[in-house]
Amino acid sequence: MKKIVILGVGTAGTMVANHLNKVMDRNQWDITVVDQDPVHYYQAGYIFVPFGLANEKRLVKPKIKYIPDSVKMIQSSIELIDAPNNKVHLANKSVLDYDYLIISTGADIHPEETPGLAEHEWGKSIHSFYTFQSSVDLRQAIKDFQGGRIVVNVVENPIKCPVAPMEFLMLADAYFTKKGLRDRVELIYATPLSGAFTKPIAAKRIGDMLDRKNIIVEPDFYIERADPDAKKIVSYDEREIGYDLLVSIPLNKGADVIGKSGLGDELNFSPVNEHTFLSDKFDNIFVLGDASNAPTSKAGSVAHYAVDLFSENFKHYTEGKALEETFDGHTNCFIESGYGKGVLLDFNYEQEPLPGRFPIPGIGPFSLLQESFINHWGKLSFEWMYWNILMRGLKLPLAPTMSMAGKWPE
Amino acid sequence: MSIREIAGKTVDVNEEGFLTDSSQWTKEIAVELAKEEGIDPLTEGHWKVIDFARLTAGNGGASPTLRAITSGSGVSTKELFSLFPKGPAKKVAKIAGLGKPEGCV
Repeated sequence: MKKIVILGVGTAGTMVANHLNKVMDRNQWDITVVDQDPVHYYQAGYIFVPFGLANEKRLVKPKIKYIPDSVKMIQSSIELIDAPNNKVHLANKSVLDYDYLIISTGADIHPEETPGLAEHEWGKSIHSFYTFQSSVDLRQAIKDFQGGRIVVNVVENPIKCPVAPMEFLMLADAYFTKKGLRDRVELIYATPLSGAFTKPIAAKRIGDMLDRKNIIVEPDFYIERADPDAKKIVSYDEREIGYDLLVSIPLNKGADVIGKSGLGDELNFSPVNEHTFLSDKFDNIFVLGDASNAPTSKAGSVAHYAVDLFSENFKHYTEGKALEETFDGHTNCFIESGYGKGVLLDFNYEQEPLPGRFPIPGIGPFSLLQESFINHWGKLSFEWMYWNILMRGLKLPLAPTMSMAGKWPE
Repeated sequence: MSIREIAGKTVDVNEEGFLTDSSQWTKEIAVELAKEEGIDPLTEGHWKVIDFARLTAGNGGASPTLRAITSGSGVSTKELFSLFPKGPAKKVAKIAGLGKPEGCV
């Protein structure tokens, strides 16, 4: 038997395990998955938790439930990937051999990389919502908040779901308005980018969205440290922003084992061909999902189309055929904008988000790059599709590569 | 998209004056673009950063992140901010003829 080992079964890894279980001849191929955490999290749901809009119990399921019976699952952390010798060393001292390795170990937040964040005020006046627990903890802080300044700060890009910080602020605007407290709450977005919207057409179309909601943007803010006692964040060019509640999106990094195994860049993201996900270093290693350095958003919505195209391509590759450079960076994602509305984006590596209708050109039902109620319902119904379609390895009836049909170029 | 002449060379630029084809870049263009950003002259420290950014730019001409620059070039973040004041990520990208650091929207 030839062996495929998949490291990490979150969004990307679970989809890969299911797809490969279907396309590979299982009489010839043995598939093993490894993950240290038995719990599968629906990360796209975290954004709703701080505002009491999601029941956190629905966001967690056992990972094993989404791994096919014929795939072996090992629960262990990974010590080292010995790529030159095609071996993976696990913390439980066992060693796995592989013919092909698929790395989908994801990305995680590292507040300890910024002085002042992960100290005595973490979980008190400094919060995040990029992990399950932090989103639950933040709910209490939001509930108790009686007025003052809330600062949302992105430490550095790339981050998982780059629109989530803006969604958080827009949902906060709606939440405090409903509570009758909005006139006592100041909302600030401190971003290292040159603005909240950096793509010209999106900036023109929806660039005033934050402004209209009285959310103040502090651009080019590159945080050096937080001062947890004085309750302020300080940038490298010595700008200071005081806060009553800091919602931090800490530095995102790939798994430590990627760096330790010599497979990562300075943030432990693993360099790959952005169209095939083949590792730059080893011709029998692929890196999917947030773990790679592909120049796109770190989000399940990217992993979804990438994995749709990957499995057949991978199969052909194992048969000695050349990899086809099929993935174009296609992504679509919803931005929650509050008051039961949302915006839908559809884009790829080359094409910035454009206005239009999706998925049926001219009809929709979703509107691209503009707010609508149905976009919001799309985001809510996606939770069901995630667990019942995507994580089962089934395909949505949507083209995995981007189409210009239905888009209105400027 | 438009065309402009910098340092005797015709290049393609976007609305914000970033080169859209990084292969059209020359050192002379960097000197002129730096002047427009208020940086004159380009010192050895500036070139260390610019050369590093050019060397590590992605296939699509994407500029490296500040962390990639500081960990790879040996220039500290503080130094980077004094060399390229107010938004070094954007200024390095512009002077090095690379794409502006962007979000997805």
